[in-house]
Amino acid sequence: MEASATTASGGRSLIERSPLSRIPDQVLQWTLTALAAAILILIAYFFIRLIGQSSTAISHFGWGFVFGNDWNPSHLIFRGLPLLVGTVVTSAIALLIGVPVAIGTALFLIEICPRRFRTPMAILVDLLAAVPSVVYGLWGVFVLAPKLLPVEKWFASTFSFIPWIGGGTVTLYNYFIAGLILAIMILPIVSAIAREVISTVPSEHKEAALALGATRWEMIRMAVLPYSRSGITGGAMLGLGRAIGETIAVVLVIGNADVIGKHLFNQGYSLAAVIANEFGEAANTTLYKSALFEAGLVLFILTLIVNIIARWFVSRGTRTRAAGAVMAGVAVDEV
Amino acid sequence: MSVTALPRVSPRRRRTDKVMRSLLLVATLIALVPLVFIIYYLLHKGLSAVTSSGFFSTDPNGNFFGNPGGIRSAILGTLEMIALATAISVPVGIAVALYLTEYGKESKFANVIRYFVDVMTGVPSIVFGLFIYIVLVISKIGGAFTGWKGAVAISLLMLPIVIRSSEVVLLLVPSSLREAALALGAPRWRVMLRVVLPTSLSGLVTGSLLAVARGMGETAPLLFTAAGAFALTGNLGAQMNALPIQIYNDIQSPRNAITARAWGAGLTLVALVLIINVIARIASRRSRMA
Repeated sequence: MEASATTASGGRSLIERSPLSRIPDQVLQWTLTALAAAILILIAYFFIRLIGQSSTAISHFGWGFVFGNDWNPSHLIFRGLPLLVGTVVTSAIALLIGVPVAIGTALFLIEICPRRFRTPMAILVDLLAAVPSVVYGLWGVFVLAPKLLPVEKWFASTFSFIPWIGGGTVTLYNYFIAGLILAIMILPIVSAIAREVISTVPSEHKEAALALGATRWEMIRMAVLPYSRSGITGGAMLGLGRAIGETIAVVLVIGNADVIGKHLFNQGYSLAAVIANEFGEAANTTLYKSALFEAGLVLFILTLIVNIIARWFVSRGTRTRAAGAVMAGVAVDEV
Repeated sequence: MSVTALPRVSPRRRRTDKVMRSLLLVATLIALVPLVFIIYYLLHKGLSAVTSSGFFSTDPNGNFFGNPGGIRSAILGTLEMIALATAISVPVGIAVALYLTEYGKESKFANVIRYFVDVMTGVPSIVFGLFIYIVLVISKIGGAFTGWKGAVAISLLMLPIVIRSSEVVLLLVPSSLREAALALGAPRWRVMLRVVLPTSLSGLVTGSLLAVARGMGETAPLLFTAAGAFALTGNLGAQMNALPIQIYNDIQSPRNAITARAWGAGLTLVALVLIINVIARIASRRSRMA
């Protein structure tokens, strides 16, 4: 601070604060900074401890843990390909079903829906995100799986010529049901981000398309979608991250069979499901428990990669801050 | 972007437009179908359980025959754990958000923090459960499985939500307010406590409540940290029951009386979460009017 005309004894400006009174300020600044830094340290610490706990399984099975196809706890063999396949298949189904519906919903709400219906409809879609995953599981077990079983059977026998779909027994709990539940669960997330991204398309672009004689849909196709493609991709990736990590709803409806399902309507397993389902049995066996920790580690790394890619897409497609809030599950219009 | 001049709208283009518009409407309706079904079945199957005698006033007893008991201990456990999780994650979360908006701003370190907070939102809840299991349960700090460890796991889940939603709200505080207070000679900490935080209070409440609603429904992290008890306990230092855990266990039971209790508990949980969501929305409306 520059010295002012009126100077108190000691050469200190009158309006300048005494060094003593600045202490609370500095304490606060350092406390807040330390708290923020603690988050980084915490994540790193967790990661290291998780690796440490998985090390027994890692040294035992190496890459075979990920790519070997033999999950056999009673013989202490843990080669987790069936888990990985289940995670990938159910997440893929979730994306195939959930993302088009989510984008359609977002486009409808922002571009077509009359303004006064927009907020109530958006709130209803967002409500899907408020339903706890265990309730999705509850509904999946007692309603969705039994009600869809005849439909699945009909579908599997009618289209049995398509590989991976028909030709085998249709089980009550299977990849498809798990994927469908995941699709419903990621829908509100993907839709919220797509809405956020689509609403940032400059109205000049849209008006230009309309002025050139484009119909509503052509305006969406030529002005809205190209502009928001990267943000929507990021939203879909975030949905993928959620689908990969979802545990409770999946463990209840995937069937928990430790072999790779022969087709879409066969039971299987997933990385997250195996942890929740077998943790109790594993408690007293070091190798078994370590294998489950490694499943958690693989899950962690997988979601980390997916989320980093997602974040890159989203931040390219929209203002970062708003996107961050949406990613945290908080739609901006809510705050 | 290449928008070429388009000829007059031909019947084919008009038809495409109509079809695509109705497809988008259909997508929206499809999105709402699961919500309708879930709420319908929760009410249909859950109401009779909720209204049965003793549902809220007895604890699950684990008996193989007869009345399986209600969900009192589960509700108490959920409320206690979520209260502790909130007490941890909301102050810490708002503090970190304050750092980001008041000190860190666009600095490299602040952006690194933002990045990792976002990464944290993507970590599956079951992995947070494993973290706490490794750090707190294996080491048997204050007993093996306890309620407070479950609360810590849930607070880790809530933390990034609180941080990111608070940051958005704090950024909305006009910098002219801060500058006015600083110009009047207020030290920074007073500006934050007396100007920034009160101005954004209702927004902070909204973000925190949404985090609470999210944390309340989490099952996976509790499986390895708190779960295991049926009996009523107010002691966070002991094993605790919780609504999501109760539902998860009850679903897997072959007994109708117990699966009925799962539906009742599910209805209770969704009702709690929805009430918190509604309060959050009311708070956010107030913040926008202010």
